[in-house]
Amino acid sequence: MNWQNLQTKLAGKGYIASSELSMALHISLALERPILLEGDAGVGKTQIAKTLADIHDTELIRLQCYEGLDASAAIYEWNYQRQLLSIRAMAERTGERDGDSRTAIDDIETRIFSVDYLMERPLLRAIQQEKPPVLLIDEVDRADEEFEAYLLEILSDFQVTIPEMGTITATSKPIVVLTSNGTRDLSDALRRRCIYNFVPYPDRATELAILGARCPAVEPALAAQIVSFVQSLRKEDLEKKPGIAETLDWAAALGGLGVNDITADPVALKASLVCLLKTEADQAAIPSEVAQRLAGGAG
Amino acid sequence: MAVTRFLTRARIAERMGDFIRHLRAHGVRAGMPETEASLGALRLVDAGDPNDVRLALKAICASDVESFARFDELFSAYWLNAGKQRHDHTSTQNRSHQKNSLTNLLQKSSLPSADGSGSIDTPDNDNGGEAESSGEGKLIATQVTNRNAVDMREFILPDDEARATETARRIANAIRHRRSRRRKAARQGDGLDMRRIMRKSVATGGEPLQLLRLRRPGRPVHLVSILDVSGSMQLYARVFLSFVKGLIGNDQRTDAFLFHTSLMCVSDALRDNDTLRAVNRLSMMARGFGGGTKIGASLRTFNNQYASRMVGRKTVIIIMSDGYDTGEAQEVGDALARLKRRGCKIIWLNPLLGWKDYAPVAASMAAALPHVDYFAPCNTLGSLAAIEGELERL
Repeated sequence: MNWQNLQTKLAGKGYIASSELSMALHISLALERPILLEGDAGVGKTQIAKTLADIHDTELIRLQCYEGLDASAAIYEWNYQRQLLSIRAMAERTGERDGDSRTAIDDIETRIFSVDYLMERPLLRAIQQEKPPVLLIDEVDRADEEFEAYLLEILSDFQVTIPEMGTITATSKPIVVLTSNGTRDLSDALRRRCIYNFVPYPDRATELAILGARCPAVEPALAAQIVSFVQSLRKEDLEKKPGIAETLDWAAALGGLGVNDITADPVALKASLVCLLKTEADQAAIPSEVAQRLAGGAG
Repeated sequence: MAVTRFLTRARIAERMGDFIRHLRAHGVRAGMPETEASLGALRLVDAGDPNDVRLALKAICASDVESFARFDELFSAYWLNAGKQRHDHTSTQNRSHQKNSLTNLLQKSSLPSADGSGSIDTPDNDNGGEAESSGEGKLIATQVTNRNAVDMREFILPDDEARATETARRIANAIRHRRSRRRKAARQGDGLDMRRIMRKSVATGGEPLQLLRLRRPGRPVHLVSILDVSGSMQLYARVFLSFVKGLIGNDQRTDAFLFHTSLMCVSDALRDNDTLRAVNRLSMMARGFGGGTKIGASLRTFNNQYASRMVGRKTVIIIMSDGYDTGEAQEVGDALARLKRRGCKIIWLNPLLGWKDYAPVAASMAAALPHVDYFAPCNTLGSLAAIEGELERL
């Protein structure tokens, strides 16, 4: 399979990828390396993972990162409640039997630190699947720097070390997709293990194609208007520029409002802008007149 | 598209190694693993198609936004005969490193009597260097205190300036060490360490007798200093540059910017090992522009380009400016408000504040004040030292 093939396949599933992105995906799949996607929010980074899972007809395992995420939430955790109950139960039983307490304790230990008492979290689950899943590590920049260190072991060797049990090696190598919004800079070590791609806002033609693929119900004339409007809106000085997700939302909203021409109804236009402008300052920055001017330019 | 005709014959592996070196010379972080992966990738694509190869190598070698944006140019320069000159910035840095080791060597051989405390890093600062390496006695301390009270505009002699540089470096050093000190592991913690509790309770038949706790250690603060080097600040610029240089040191968690009408990132230049040369380089960079100060526009550039990467809740931004602005005052307020929303702390150091009867009436200064956490004078070295305590509190 070459990269043009992959691009066509992605397009078949409704994801319009640039040639740079398709090539990066192709290389990362072929070399079995994770792919790191950077770009503003709403340019379709997360969607790639979903589409990949769709293409390979496999499970998507998602790990949403947040500040304070640690190994016990991302890799594995012992089931403490069960462990406690089990220890109590075993202790009572050995108490009745009056057996050799030394072996009893060893017995308890081997039992409560076995697979039965292990709760798999996304990363461990991802390497224990029969069929290689797509592992999406979303917004990795939100997690602490320490967490990157855990990731390094998993991403380079595809194995997890549990002190009580030993090392668990991957039964199948997952397809790893990392996304980052640039909240903080990622470490070089992590970057260098990944194939990198920066996902920009799409150009006009690409966005039209995306809109056509995702919302086929929208009339071509309206679609062109929508795309032009959003493209010119991105050139305004906004805090949060609308991404593709916002464009799609907006197209759906306009459809719901029964709007066929965005220049025709200023009130509906202004009202529907809540789909595109997500902060108070941005809404204030685009008053009705500006919106109409942009819409006029788009028409 | 003209493909480069190389003068000598070489195998593809050598050529690829050469290309990676070419990338490295232009500031892209790439090395052996990239060479290897690139060669592997050639098998996956149509190696005869320059565009395919470009896309493939880009996916492998680029590792951040900056290198991603510059890759096409670098690729064409090497493979497609576009002929691009070496990037100026890196070349001076490389050269300066070599020169640095050379001067060190010369110094070592010519001054065998000086002990190895290593504070001599400026060739034309011999007197000061010897005085310092001879001991850390009170004599120097008192000299420094005397200097501390003098307004920095009055430093004229190069000797004075060098001493100021050294003092600024020490102050900055103190700040850096202070803030990177981690909290000691305490008995009191905000979470239970279930894992260790379970372990211990096995011995007591499942009774968790000992409650062990977890606590997150404090993380050091990310310092970002933004220095005004416009005409009105020229008198202070050198001393401030030294101060900023001291803050930066070799710590990766600090960044520095200069601005007058535009903003530039100087973190790398400041990591130069030779203090005096770094300051000279920066003074030259700062002098290269001129005419007015655009605080608002510069801060906005910072917001747009760098803030998302550098500014978070654990960031302290130190702005050193007198607040005299030729741009819109409102813009300064807006930019700071937006910056503030990222959760950082903003310290504004104003040399004029140390003067008698100064009131922040400059429009930009007034617009900035509501968003500033700490507004302090910085016309003397003593006042610079005072912000050390402030950094601790923040």
